[in-house]
Amino acid sequence: MLKIAKERLNELYAAIAEAQALVLPLKKAGEVNYGAWAEGVEVSLETLKTVKSPKDMFFPQSENMMKFKTEGKNIEIIDVRGEKTPTVLFGVKACDYKAIEVLDKVFLADPVDTYYQSRREATTIVTLACSKPEESCFCKAFGIDATNPMGDVTTWIDEAYLYWQANTEKGESLTAVVSALLQEGGEAEVAAQQEKTTAILEKLPFSNLDLSRFTPENLNELFNDSAWEEMSEACLGCGTCTFVCPTCQCFDIRDFKTNEGVVRYRCWDSCMYSDFTLMAHGNSRTTQMQRFRQRFMHKLVYYPSQNDGLYSCVGCGRCVNKCPQRLNIVKVIKTLGGKKND
Amino acid sequence: MTNETLIPKVGVITDIRKDTPDVKTFRVVGTDGKKLFQHMPGQCAMVSVPGVGECMFSITSSPTNEAYMEFSIKKCGCVTEVLHALEVGAQVTVRGPYGRNFPVEEDFKGKDLLFIAGGIGLAPLRSVINYVRHYRENYGKVVIVYGARSKDDLVDIEEIKTEWMNEPNTEVYLTIDRPQEGWDGNVGFVPAYVKELGLDPNMTAVLCGPPIMIKFTLAGLLELGFDKSRVYTTLELRMKCGVGKCGRCNVGDKFVCKDGPVFRMTELDELPDEY
Amino acid sequence: MKEVELKMLERAKELLTSGEVARVIGWKKGDFCHDPSPASFETVEELNDFVYDWFCGANLSKYLIQMSKKEGKTAVFLKPCDTYSFNQLVKEHRIKRENMYVIAVECLGKLDVEKMKAKGASMIEGVDVQDEKVTVHTLYGDQEMEKSEVLLVKCETCNKTHQAKDEEIILHERQPKDVNRLAEVEALEAMTEAERFAFWKEQLSKCIRCNACRNVCPACSCIKCVFDNPASGISAKANDSEFEEQMFHIIRAFHVAGRCTDCGECSRVCPQNIPLHLLNRKFIKDIDTLYGEFQAGETTEGKTPLTSYTEEDTEPNDVFNGEAK
Repeated sequence: MLKIAKERLNELYAAIAEAQALVLPLKKAGEVNYGAWAEGVEVSLETLKTVKSPKDMFFPQSENMMKFKTEGKNIEIIDVRGEKTPTVLFGVKACDYKAIEVLDKVFLADPVDTYYQSRREATTIVTLACSKPEESCFCKAFGIDATNPMGDVTTWIDEAYLYWQANTEKGESLTAVVSALLQEGGEAEVAAQQEKTTAILEKLPFSNLDLSRFTPENLNELFNDSAWEEMSEACLGCGTCTFVCPTCQCFDIRDFKTNEGVVRYRCWDSCMYSDFTLMAHGNSRTTQMQRFRQRFMHKLVYYPSQNDGLYSCVGCGRCVNKCPQRLNIVKVIKTLGGKKND
Repeated sequence: MTNETLIPKVGVITDIRKDTPDVKTFRVVGTDGKKLFQHMPGQCAMVSVPGVGECMFSITSSPTNEAYMEFSIKKCGCVTEVLHALEVGAQVTVRGPYGRNFPVEEDFKGKDLLFIAGGIGLAPLRSVINYVRHYRENYGKVVIVYGARSKDDLVDIEEIKTEWMNEPNTEVYLTIDRPQEGWDGNVGFVPAYVKELGLDPNMTAVLCGPPIMIKFTLAGLLELGFDKSRVYTTLELRMKCGVGKCGRCNVGDKFVCKDGPVFRMTELDELPDEY
Repeated sequence: MKEVELKMLERAKELLTSGEVARVIGWKKGDFCHDPSPASFETVEELNDFVYDWFCGANLSKYLIQMSKKEGKTAVFLKPCDTYSFNQLVKEHRIKRENMYVIAVECLGKLDVEKMKAKGASMIEGVDVQDEKVTVHTLYGDQEMEKSEVLLVKCETCNKTHQAKDEEIILHERQPKDVNRLAEVEALEAMTEAERFAFWKEQLSKCIRCNACRNVCPACSCIKCVFDNPASGISAKANDSEFEEQMFHIIRAFHVAGRCTDCGECSRVCPQNIPLHLLNRKFIKDIDTLYGEFQAGETTEGKTPLTSYTEEDTEPNDVFNGEAK
């Protein structure tokens, strides 16, 4: 294990940023989100939950996919992608790192989404262990260890040092870039912090959510549960939960007319929106209850059913904190999970 | 630009046939004059007019047609409206093929086949019917029941009359919803007609049409003794990517674009009722 | 607050038991002490989850658009600020007043749990409020906070009083605050154009286009929003780093100008804490200046500055040239 004194972190950032892009949690206009490092930015590694997760790094909220040039009846299709800059994504918490695995199973499944893949491959992920989880955290319920988040490099931070451990070849290469700044040591401090954090995680109110009812066999029982109506009653149909969620991956593809031809872009979409399933001749989900149900059924039943039982919730708790009306997946898990099949 | 999922190919419209007041059939080839890609009956493709949008359509032509692909498209929304305004020679973009096809090489082989279509529902069936006709010796008897609002709304009536009706070991039954001058065939809705015809329940059936038609026809078939495990249909939901990623056509643990559009009725029974 | 809650619960039970109303709209308990959700209660049993506490900040008025269309009468507990939205929606024929039974409830300001967390409170188990002091009970011990520092933004400058009521449950009188709710707007106006532009650019570039501000807004009661119209050629959900994209918020402020009651829900729900209410307050201030003092939602009838014309009205050109009277 290696370490660097906290007051020298800026040197570390500068050394990384010399060779590649560095993206990490930055405080801007009062809120912390992932952004590109530059001299003078306000880095906020300790912020437990950035408002948006780092999923934008691989799956941006909006991205141009291609351009069409039309001349008379002819169409020319232009791939607008350039080479992807090698990037270091720094400070990713365990829940958000697990979320990338959830996204990988969608975008890297055959046929591979090359837009996602090229960004993913160009990125080295440096995770950061949590030491102060709070009441809305429930990663433990999904088997995630917030004290050992993995990735290409794992880091831990305490009052004095940032501790550094490479886990992969990509991680070793990055370590080589900054090795002059790092010194040996920290095993004992990290172990002590992990022990302390683990004790807090045990005490969190949602750490032991019962997920046992959320299995493919119960798909129709859960779908038809009468509780959805009441659970979704206060839902505004906004996209907050979807857009702050690290695993939500639904998107829209649209065309935009510009002076230099048509740009086809994709952008995040939300199954909470009324036009998500709207077709010229009808809509398969006409009520907010159906849309609400879709989101949670997808996370807790449909996705696991397609992906060997892996839930597409990582317990980051963003929806718990951000839903305007305080509806969230925990309330759904508690309401439905506690019931027995009729 | 090879093997990209979301980047389409340019297609040229070489022929437009006006089938009904609101259905046109477009013949499409690549810019090199050759067929854009191979497919199997029941599969779909994303067709787009850049600047307007992209929509999923079933490929109407048979895979055995080596020269071109055809799409029978009903005018019902923004994209289809613009497609209908296009002329021969216009270019569109096409990507595909997407989805699971009819099991023509597996479950259908050696079976007597019953095809039931309503309105534009003939589009996906035309592909499989012509495939079966091409490999006629591999299949048993073929019965086709096709209905539309009026005689003017029967898609591909020329091909049905001149080719399908003259095919050996093939029966074709047409029906329209209401009596009409110049029509001496059956009058009545498809579900009722299917029951009247007293069809052999040992046939493998394929249904395609508006949801209400499917619902009542299926009920009729079950009354006649058909087994759900030998009844197939296709689903249609909003789609954007075509490859099971954008999340739109998700029903239960299935994506219609990837796991469908062809479903066996017994598979649909396992899905939540949201399609 | 507990005695207020008990009184409300008592009335809700009476109204449901007697059949005077078919449902009661209020709040139900969450998992913590600080996450109640708006809810409707149709039976006395359902009222087991009823709650009214320091965290019931949500404005219930918008739900009434749907609720007032349901069979039977609907009783609703409205805080002072909520009644302005209520009146405005009645005025715009979105709520059927005759189907509603309004119980005005006291509000001494609602608390913002995010502000408490920002002050270091973790694992919050409860709060006690004594006048201007808040005691936050946490797993790690108690923490004292000034109430004024942990109020929801919308409550910081609120001096609203109930504008609609069929009955009231008010046990404590609230002292009027000596604050200027337009102070922040004045501060923005005092900036140079470049400073002001930089301020809004930084704030609005945080927007994630979740549309929570629009969906929660009682003034945004269009059945189909213009931003959701596929024929408009715009996308309400595509977020772009270009500042121009964030014109959404400015356009929305225009759409609700003269109808916005300053309920502050837009800022409360924003996941990025963009002070959206300041856009609306700028319009409120301008309307007051150009057409005379006006507060939307005070009544359910009468003309409003932006929907009536007089020959003395300020000309747009004069406003543009800074020559408005």
